[in-house]
Amino acid sequence: MAEGLSSTQTPAEGRGPLDATSLRFRDDDPVLDPAVTVDAFTAQGNAVAVRIEPGDDVRELLPSLDRLALVEINFPTFGDGRGYSAARILREAGYRGELRAVGDVLVDQIAYLRRCGFDAFAPEAPLDPDDVAAALDRFPHVYQPAADERNPIWNLRHGKGEELRDE
Amino acid sequence: MYLYDQYDQAMVDARVAEFRDQCQRRIDGKLTEDQFKPLRLMNGLYLQLHAYMLRVAVPYGTLKSTQMHALADIADKYDRGYGHFTTRQNIQYNWIKLEDAGDILADLAKVEMHAIQTSGNCIRNISSDHFAGAAADEVADPRPYAELLRQWSSFHPEFSYLPRKFKICVIASDRDRAAMKLHDIGIQIVRNDAGELGAAFYVGGGMGRTPMIAPLIRDFVPLDQLITYAEACLRVYNRYGRRDNKYKARIKILVHELGAAEYTRQVEEEFAHLLDQGVEPPFAELKRIRTFFEDPAFAQSSAAEIDRSDPDFALWVDRNTHPHKVEGYTSAVISLKPVGGIPGDASAEQMHLMADLAKDYSFDELRVMHTQNIVLPHVAKSDLHALWTALEDAGLGSPNLDTVEDIIACPGLDYCSLANARSIPVAQKISERFAATGKTAALGELKLKISGCINACGHHHAGHIGILGVDRKGVENYQLLLGGSEAEDTALAKITGPGFSEDGIVDAVEKAADVYLSAREDGERFLDTYRRIGMAPFKEALYG
Amino acid sequence: MSENTMMLITGNDLLTGAVIWWTGSDWSVHIEDAIDAGDAAESIAAEQEAARKVNVPYLVESTMQDGVPRPNHIKDRVRALGPTVRPDLTIKPDTAANAIREIV
Repeated sequence: MAEGLSSTQTPAEGRGPLDATSLRFRDDDPVLDPAVTVDAFTAQGNAVAVRIEPGDDVRELLPSLDRLALVEINFPTFGDGRGYSAARILREAGYRGELRAVGDVLVDQIAYLRRCGFDAFAPEAPLDPDDVAAALDRFPHVYQPAADERNPIWNLRHGKGEELRDE
Repeated sequence: MYLYDQYDQAMVDARVAEFRDQCQRRIDGKLTEDQFKPLRLMNGLYLQLHAYMLRVAVPYGTLKSTQMHALADIADKYDRGYGHFTTRQNIQYNWIKLEDAGDILADLAKVEMHAIQTSGNCIRNISSDHFAGAAADEVADPRPYAELLRQWSSFHPEFSYLPRKFKICVIASDRDRAAMKLHDIGIQIVRNDAGELGAAFYVGGGMGRTPMIAPLIRDFVPLDQLITYAEACLRVYNRYGRRDNKYKARIKILVHELGAAEYTRQVEEEFAHLLDQGVEPPFAELKRIRTFFEDPAFAQSSAAEIDRSDPDFALWVDRNTHPHKVEGYTSAVISLKPVGGIPGDASAEQMHLMADLAKDYSFDELRVMHTQNIVLPHVAKSDLHALWTALEDAGLGSPNLDTVEDIIACPGLDYCSLANARSIPVAQKISERFAATGKTAALGELKLKISGCINACGHHHAGHIGILGVDRKGVENYQLLLGGSEAEDTALAKITGPGFSEDGIVDAVEKAADVYLSAREDGERFLDTYRRIGMAPFKEALYG
Repeated sequence: MSENTMMLITGNDLLTGAVIWWTGSDWSVHIEDAIDAGDAAESIAAEQEAARKVNVPYLVESTMQDGVPRPNHIKDRVRALGPTVRPDLTIKPDTAANAIREIV
C-alpha cells in the first residue's frame, strides 16, 4: 500500500486526545481541540471537533461538515459495530477531515475500520505498530467497495477502476 | 459449480494465515478468551461441551466430489471419523483441537472451502434451495445470486460487528424448500410481467425464542441493484438493531418494533442514497458467475422409464427423488436418517462413498439439504437403480424423505453447550417407534423437528410436529408443538400444553399421529388435517 | 449444603478443548480425580485461567456418590462422560452403557 504507517507522538502529558498509543494515517497536523457531544456541536457555532457515541445519529452532522476538522467515534465495546456505519456515512457525504476511532479498538478490527474511512486511532489499550501493519497488509484484495480507495475484486476481474488501484 | 479464481483463493489463503496468527496469539496469551472468542467464532470455531467444534461453510449447500472427499479426510485426520450436516447446509466437526485449526483451514482452502463467518455476529453462509439448478419449477438457478451475496458479505468491513448473527437465503421458485421466510433476509428470485428477473425481499424472519415470519418489504429489486438493496437492509439494521439485549437483537425484533412499513421506509431511503455510492458490482460479474452454473452435459433423450419391478427400489424412487427440469433425469436424496441413527451424521467412509457416487452418477455434484440429508442433483433415471443398490449396500438407502423418520434434530445436550435437553435420543426413539409400528408409510409427509433449547437450531417452530427440549428443575422435559411449516405456506407451530418426559414425548407424538390417521380426509397431510380440525382433538388425545 | 456436596472446578484444555477437572494440584480428564475445591474454587479457577492451564473454567456443584463426584446438573454429567448417543466416543467406552443410564 502506498500510504505509510506513522505513529504520532505528542508531548502532552497523561492521556490527551492523542498520545503515544495513537496511530494516524494523515499528513496534516492532528486536531487537538476537545471533541464535544453531538448536541453541543449542533448548539454551538464554533466547535470543530465532535465525538459520536454509538446511539448518535451521525447524519445530524451532515449540514455542518464544512466546519468539522475532527470526528471521534467511540467504541465503548469492540463488539458494538454502529461506529462502522457512522464512519462510512460521513465519508459518503464527503467528509474529508480526521476520523478517529477511540475506545475499545483492537488490532483485529483495524483493517475493517480503515476500510470504513477511519484514518486515526486512539485506542484505550495501546496497539503494537507491527501488529497493526501486519493486520493492514493481511488481505491482498477486497471484495466490496467501501469508504477507502481500494478497488474491489469485482472491478479487477473486469478491468474496471484500474486508475484507482493503489498498488 | 463455482470455481475460485486467483482472487478468491488469495482471500481464503489470507484468512488461513490470519486465523493461524490469531490462534497462536491466543495460545501465547496475547489474546484473552473474551477477545479471541469473536475472532474464532468468525471462523466457525466454537467451544462446545466436549471439545472445540468447527463449522465449515458449504456455500448454498453445493459441493463437488473433491470437496466431499476433503471433508471426509478432515473427519479422519483431525476429528473422530465423522461429521454432522446442519440445518444451515453446513458441516460441523465435534472434536477439534485449537492447535489443529489452522491446518484444517489450510486443508479446506486447497479445495476452495473455508469456515469464514460460519458463526459470530456477521453475515453467515448464504443458504439456498438444495434442488437449485435441477428443479423443474424454478425460474432461474438461485445460486449465482447466492454466490454474489457470498462475495459481497465476505469480510464486509461495515457488517462484521452486527447486533446479532445474520442469515440470508436465496430461492427461485414458488415452492419454498429452504425455509426462506424464516431467515433474516429471504430472497426469492422472480420474473416480472415484462419477463425480467428480479429479487423479492422478505426481511425479519427467524426462529429462536421469538419466531417470526418475514414480511415482504420489496416485491421486485432489479438484479443490477441487488447488492445495493441488501446493503441498505443491513445498514439500517446495523444502526438501529437493538444492542441492549442479546435476545432482542435479531433483525426480526427491529422490523417488528418499527413495523414492516417503517423499516421499509428507512431501507428505501438508505437505498436511494446508496444507489449513488457505487456499491453495486459490475453486471459483468453476475454474468461471469452465471457461467459457472450452466447446465452440465445432460444426455439427450435418456430413457425416461424406470423399471419399478423391485418394490423396495420403487418405494425409494417414490420417496427420495424429486422432478428434474431435464427429461430423463431426477434429483436423488440420500437419507442421513437411518432408523435409530443420529440425524445428519455421516462417517468419513460414507462421505467418501457419496462423493464417489456423485462423480459416477451426478456430474460430480452434491448438495446438503437443510433437513440434514444429501442430494445428488442430476441423476439419469437409467442410473437410478445402480445408485440405489450402492446406497443400500452402504446403509444409506433409507426410503424416508419427508416422513416422520426424516427428523431434523439439533445436536442437543449430547454436544451443545447451549442445550437444555438432548435431542438426538428423542429422534432415535421416535424413528424406531414408527418403524416398528409400520405407520411411517401411512402417515406420508410429516415433518418432525426437534430442538434441544429455545434457540431452535432444530427448527421446532416450523415442524408439522415440533419438539422443544427444556430444563425442568434439572430434568429433561419436552414440549410438543403442532402445525408449523417452513414451506411456502410458512406457519409457526403452537404448543399443545404441558411437557413430557423423554419416553412420554415419544408416546405423545404417536398419539398425535393417530389423531391424524383417524381424522384425515382424502389426500390430506398431517398439516392439512391439523389446520382443518384445529388443536382441540389433539389436546384431547394427549391430555384428556 | 449437605456434607456430601462438593464444589468441583471444570473447564476445557486450551489446546485440545478436552473437558478437564481440577485435582487439587493439576487437571485431569477423569472426574474421579476431581476434588472439592471448597471456598477456594473461584480464586483457583481465576488463577489457573490466567496461567492458561484451563479455558473458560466454572464451578460445578456435585454430590459424592459411591466414591465418585456426581454433578448436580445433567449438562455436567454429560460433559464428564461424553455424548450419550456415541458410547464409543465417551471417556469410558467399555462401561459407557451403564454410565449413560446413570446420567439421566
